[in-house]
Amino acid sequence: MDLTLCIGCNACQGGCKEENQLPPGDEQSLSLTAFTALSEHNGIFVRHLCQHCEVPTCVSVCPVGALTKTEAGPVAYDGEKCIGCRYCLQACPFHVPRYEWSSTRPRIRKCNFCAARLQRGLGTACAQACPTGATSFGGRDALLREAARRIEARPGSYVPRIYGREDIGGTSMLYLSPVPFEQLGFDTRLGKTPMPLLTMSALSKAPNVITVGGVMLTGVWWITNRRAEVAAKEGSGLRDRYRKGEDN
Amino acid sequence: MRTIALPRSTGWRVIATVLILAGVGAAFARFRLGLGATTNLTDEFPWGLWIGFDFLGIGLAAAGFTIVAAVNLFHAKDYEPIVRPAVLTAFIGYLLVVFVLIIDLGRPDHFWHPLVMWNPHSVMCEISWCLMLYTTVLSLEFAPIVLEKLAIHKPIKWIHAISLPLMIFGVLLSTLHQSSFGSLYLIVPNRLHPLWYTPLLPVLFFISCLASGIAMVLLESLLLSRSGRSLLPAALRANLARIMAVALALYFVVRIQDLLSRGLLHEMLTPSYYSAAFYAEILLGYLIPFSLLMFERIRTTARGLYATTLLVLAGFAANRMDTAVTGLESWPSHTYFPSIMEILIMLGIVAIGASAFSLVVRYLPIFPAEPARAPATMGARDVRGSSRHAPDGRTLEAS
Repeated sequence: MDLTLCIGCNACQGGCKEENQLPPGDEQSLSLTAFTALSEHNGIFVRHLCQHCEVPTCVSVCPVGALTKTEAGPVAYDGEKCIGCRYCLQACPFHVPRYEWSSTRPRIRKCNFCAARLQRGLGTACAQACPTGATSFGGRDALLREAARRIEARPGSYVPRIYGREDIGGTSMLYLSPVPFEQLGFDTRLGKTPMPLLTMSALSKAPNVITVGGVMLTGVWWITNRRAEVAAKEGSGLRDRYRKGEDN
Repeated sequence: MRTIALPRSTGWRVIATVLILAGVGAAFARFRLGLGATTNLTDEFPWGLWIGFDFLGIGLAAAGFTIVAAVNLFHAKDYEPIVRPAVLTAFIGYLLVVFVLIIDLGRPDHFWHPLVMWNPHSVMCEISWCLMLYTTVLSLEFAPIVLEKLAIHKPIKWIHAISLPLMIFGVLLSTLHQSSFGSLYLIVPNRLHPLWYTPLLPVLFFISCLASGIAMVLLESLLLSRSGRSLLPAALRANLARIMAVALALYFVVRIQDLLSRGLLHEMLTPSYYSAAFYAEILLGYLIPFSLLMFERIRTTARGLYATTLLVLAGFAANRMDTAVTGLESWPSHTYFPSIMEILIMLGIVAIGASAFSLVVRYLPIFPAEPARAPATMGARDVRGSSRHAPDGRTLEAS
């Protein structure tokens, strides 16, 4: 997404809503009826949508694997698996998933990267609808090359950064901006490490806790049990003396 | 055999009944109308009071595994009279958390999915498994008490045969479960306030649950001694208090050292809503009770211990609520406060737990026989011995 080219016409949102059969209307933030939305920051328009991370946080936190990262790029959601724990809402660094709070059979709603269109060999509906080329669709490597070329060709028009290239391990959405990304509400402090690694460092220790802990506790029981047996055999063990002192 | 009298109608029973009825009504509304109509949860604040309650319930249930480990694995047999109350506390605590989770899930009908659809990368998946397995272990640890009452002896022997691996497995599951609640928040470094977010969250959650578990045991022992039952002699309570002080000190040192080593001194020194919550938690829940426990008079008197354990439990609750709610308030545009329905359901569940505890201790052999019936010359050993109801004369607590 080249924010210097966006004129805020909301055609992307219209195309998205048509594709996903959502009620029409221009929205400024993501909602159950807007899988993409356009907000304005001092004359610059920023489009919000699922970033379809390379190593998605939501996919890693989902206890039942209802969210999956597919080969072609989309982060797909299976409402039939979802238990509604809402960990993805809590964990998503871009605050993307929306929940059907008013339903008694609620689902997560978010951009699905037009997975069905992609399978048919088409680009996304939003990219197709964009009249200025602000949103363009393509392979990640090709888009990265194109983005680098644009920054090099017109260094005065862009800040020298491609948002999404390395942020939290890289995303499928890439942004070019004329002003520093912080000014547009982007979180630029997410770092380059994919979030799932943060929990994996703790989770991967669980098997060790079981094996090492199991051996240690069994050992402790063995020793203390033996000590109690010896004490019982000798008649007056340490424990009896100890207990006399402690009785009230 | 005593005849079973109908429960007397006291103020507490009336309150409990009202709370349970209100809670059941609110839960009914939640299932009919959905989460949106009955809670104040939003996309920005998807977890609230109920998750905080789960943390508390599991943290207080730590009473179970700490005492089982101390008595049956470390052979601190003097504490045997509190094994059954502690296992009962843990069992009820876990069952309540399962209730709350099912109410909290968006799709309660899918609650079993984590058991068949695995995602080994998910902390939530680990938590589901720990919750299910440890509840099973607790029910097996608790089953002999029921079977004993019903005079069905054969299964007791079977359970007894596997008691050692069962207890070790239970302690390990608890260790994982307690710490994994902390791991849940490892994934939100951008949302959780730095005073609470640390890579050490799982370690800190585990250490603090040791203190809260012991505090819970002490509190129960103190409350019951007021009603004339002496579960633990004062000297043993004082010993437990010492262990609790060590856990508090350990927690305090690890927490502060971690904050300092990550260069967060300025967060601690800047006066703000968050640093106020932080100090309230650290002072009331850790420093003050620790200092109090340094005095022998506090450790050996019921009143002193009573105040200290309440402080420890309050500090523990504050820590969990700060992690689950307060520390996350800096992220969204609005803050969260639980709805009436959320509060009613939680109070109803607490009332169910308290009523279940008092009913179980009334009808099942949870406590050792009344010390009053024992001759005055009998020592702790004999009192302890009288808790052995099993036909083979071996203790079956937690076995």
